Amino acid sequence: MRIELRDMHKHYGSIKANNGINLTVEEGTIHGILGENGAGKSTLMKVLAGYIPKTGGEIIIDDKIQDYHTPADASRRGIGMLYQEPLDYPPLTVLENFMIGQAGGVSNKTLRFREKLEDLIRHFNFTIDPDVRVKQLTVGERQQLEMLRLLSLGIEVLILDEPTTGISDLQKEALFNSLRRLASEGKSVILVSHKLKDSEALCDRVTVLREGEVTGSMEKPYDANELLSMMFGEPPLPSTRSPVEYGGTVLSMKNISGLGERTGLSRCTIDVREGEMIGLAGLEGSGQGVFLRIAAGITKPTDGSLSFFGEDMSGKNLHAFKKAGVVFLPASRLEEGLMPDLSIQEHFALKEGGSSFFVKWDEARSESREKTEKFRVKGTPDTIAEALSGGNQQRLMLSLLSKESTLLLLEQPTRGLDVESTNWVWWHLSKYCLRKTAVIFSSTDLDEIMSIADRILVFFDGTIIKDVKRDKTDTKELAKAIAGKV
Amino acid sequence: MTGFDLTILLGGVVAGAAPILLATLGETITEKAGIINLSLDGTIMLSAMTAFVVAFNTESLIAGFVSAAVVGALVAAVVGIFSIYLEQSQVAVGFVLTLMARDLAYFLGNPYTRVPGPSVGPQPIPFLKDIPFLGEVFFNHSLPVYLSLLLIGLIWWYMYRTPQGLRLRSVGENPGACFARGINPRSLQMIYVLCGGFFVGLAGATFSLCTKPGWGRPQGAEGTGWIALALVIFGGWHPIRAAIGAYLFAFLQVMGIYFQEWFPSVPAQVFQVAPFPLMIFTLVFINFAQKESVIKHAEGRVWLKVVLRLFSGAMPTALGKPHKTGQ
Repeated sequence: MRIELRDMHKHYGSIKANNGINLTVEEGTIHGILGENGAGKSTLMKVLAGYIPKTGGEIIIDDKIQDYHTPADASRRGIGMLYQEPLDYPPLTVLENFMIGQAGGVSNKTLRFREKLEDLIRHFNFTIDPDVRVKQLTVGERQQLEMLRLLSLGIEVLILDEPTTGISDLQKEALFNSLRRLASEGKSVILVSHKLKDSEALCDRVTVLREGEVTGSMEKPYDANELLSMMFGEPPLPSTRSPVEYGGTVLSMKNISGLGERTGLSRCTIDVREGEMIGLAGLEGSGQGVFLRIAAGITKPTDGSLSFFGEDMSGKNLHAFKKAGVVFLPASRLEEGLMPDLSIQEHFALKEGGSSFFVKWDEARSESREKTEKFRVKGTPDTIAEALSGGNQQRLMLSLLSKESTLLLLEQPTRGLDVESTNWVWWHLSKYCLRKTAVIFSSTDLDEIMSIADRILVFFDGTIIKDVKRDKTDTKELAKAIAGKV
Repeated sequence: MTGFDLTILLGGVVAGAAPILLATLGETITEKAGIINLSLDGTIMLSAMTAFVVAFNTESLIAGFVSAAVVGALVAAVVGIFSIYLEQSQVAVGFVLTLMARDLAYFLGNPYTRVPGPSVGPQPIPFLKDIPFLGEVFFNHSLPVYLSLLLIGLIWWYMYRTPQGLRLRSVGENPGACFARGINPRSLQMIYVLCGGFFVGLAGATFSLCTKPGWGRPQGAEGTGWIALALVIFGGWHPIRAAIGAYLFAFLQVMGIYFQEWFPSVPAQVFQVAPFPLMIFTLVFINFAQKESVIKHAEGRVWLKVVLRLFSGAMPTALGKPHKTGQ
C-alpha cells in the first residue's frame, strides 16, 4: 500500500505542531521519520493512525483520498500504529490483550485466538507466553505483542513511534529483523525516531521534520552530518570529558540483596569513589533499578550492609540518605520524579522545605527564573511539569538538585531525549564529577555507556557479573557479559 | 434462650444478604468499567420507595421491581453523563446525588409511610427444597433471592468467559487503549454504568418488597449503599469474592442477634458495629497480600499461595479516570 500525505496541518490553538507536511511512503519500504523531540513526528503519525483529528490536509491511500476519524477506521484501511506509550492492559494476560478489539459476541473464543496468536509468535520466532500477564513482560516484548496484534488485524502499513526507547540491543536487533521481514513481505513500515543510528541501520528512506515542517529527505546511503543539520539546523557538539582525580570512598556495599523488578538483586559488593562516573549496563530489568533504589535508600535491602563515607546506613530511613547527599533521579520522570500538575515555580518552592509558615513566592519565582534560564528549560515559572517535553522535564529535575550532592543516582537519564538534550545532560553531569560527586547511571544504550562512563558494571539476572574500567574493555566483551557470558 | 439451628441461620443469611448482594454486584460491574458510582446509598432508598409505591398503586409486584430498576439506572445515568461525557468529578456528583436521592425518597414516599402493602412471598423450588440441609439453605426463598444467587455466577461468567466481559474489564484498565482498538470507551462505560444502576435499583426493590417489606422513615435500608461500596473493594473487584463479602457481612449481622442473647452483659451496639472493623482489617490484609516481599515469601508454600490468591485483588487501573478526548 502506498501512503501519501498532502499539506498536512495539525494546530493546537496558535501552536502549529504540523505545518504543511508532504510525505510519500512507498509499498514494501521502511520509511524513517527523523527529528528531535517536539518536531511534530508523533503528532503526524497519530493523525495518520486516526488517533487525533487533523486540522487540514489530505491522506491518500493507493491514489484515493481517504477521510477517517478513529483508529478503528484507520486499521480497517490497513494502517496500524505502535504508540510510544504502550496502549495495552498490563494487569490482563497476553492472550486477553491480543483479543481485545478483535473478539466480539458472548461466546468464548479463547481457543481460536490462542491458536492464532501462537502461530504468529512462531512465525516471528518470538518467545512470549500467552498466559502471563502483560505487566510481567519487558517493554520489548510488549511491543512484539502489540505488533502481532496489529498484523492479525490485516495491517498493511505499520507505524512505530520511538520503538527502540527502553529496549535492549538484543531486543532491538530482533525488532529490526522482524521489520525487515515485514517489508520484504510487501508491507510498509514507518519508523518514527530521534535516533540517527537506528534510522540509518533500518530505513530505506528518511524524511526529517523540524518544528512541524519537512526540512529534507534522503535515501540510502546517508550522510550523517547532513541529516543532523536537517534535524538541528547545525550539528550539536559531541560530549567530551576531561579526566578526573578520584577521591575517597563514597558508597560501599557488601553482599547486598534486595527485591524488585523481575530478578531482584543478589549479593552485590562494590565500592564507589568520589568523582567516579559509573555506567550500569545490562538488559532492562536485570537488577539495575533495584541497585539504584537500594543505594538511594528507597528500597530496603533484605540482606547485606551498606555504608556512606564509612558510616553504616542499615536501618536508616530515606531522610538519612538524603542528608548524606544521595540523590536519585528515576526513569519515569512524571510518575516518580516530578509533580505533574505543579508548576516549575512550585517545584522550587517545595524544594525550600517548610521552615517558614508562608511560601516565599518571590524567592521561588526568582530562583525558578534563574534556574530555567541556566538549565535552558523551555518554560515559564508558571508552566506545569506535565506540559514540558521529556528533555525539559529532565533539565528541570537536574536544576532542582543541590550542588552539595555526594552521590547522584540516575536511572536511564537520557531515555527519550534527543541528541542535543542528551549531550547537554552529560555535559552537566560531568561538572558534578569535577566537584568530586560520584555519578552512577543506568542506560540501555551500550555505546552511550562506553562513551560516558569511567567504570562499567554489567548486570545479569540480578547480579553484577562484570565490574570493569572503560579503558580495559570493549563493546564486544560487554555485549557478551550482558547476555550472561563472562 | 432460643435454639441455635445452623440450617435456619444460613437460610437467613442467604435471604438477608440478597439486597446488599445485588447492590454490590451492580457496583462491581460499574467500577470494573472504571466508573465509581457513589450515589449507591441514595439510589437504594429512592428505588426502594419507588418499588413500594408502584407496587402498592398498581398491585403488581413486577411493576414495582421494574420501576425500581429503571430509577436505579436513571440515577446512574446522571453520574454517567456528568462524569463520562462532561468529565466532571465522579466523587462530587455521586456524593450530591446520594443525598438528593435519599431526601427525595423520604419526601415523595411520605404519604406511604407505615402503610401495609404487597410483598413477595417465599417460593420453594419443588424437589430441590427437599434436599436435606441445602434445600433449606438455598431453595426455600423468594424469587429476588434466587435471582441474587443466580447473578453471582452469571456475572462472573460474563466478565471472565466472554469477549464482551473482556471488553468490560479492558475499558476499566485503559480507556485510551480501547479507543485505539476501535472500542468506543465512553459508550461502553455508559452501558455498564446503566447496567450497574439497574441492579442497584433491584436491590432497593428487594428491600421494600421482600427483605423489609413496606416504606417508612427510617426504612431500614439506610447505609446499605455505603457497605456495598466497601464490599466491592473488599471483594477486590471480583464478583464472586464480593459475594462472599456480602454473605460474610450478613452472617455477622445475623450472628449479632444470637450474640446479644448469649452475652446479655455486652452492649448490643458492639455486635452491630463488629462487622465494620472486621472489614477494615480485611482491607489491610488485602493490601498486605500484594506486597512483593510477602509474595516472594509465599513462593514454594502452596497453602500460603492459595490464601494470598484469595485476598489478591487489583483495582481497575483507570478507576475514576474517564477517557479524555480532544487533543
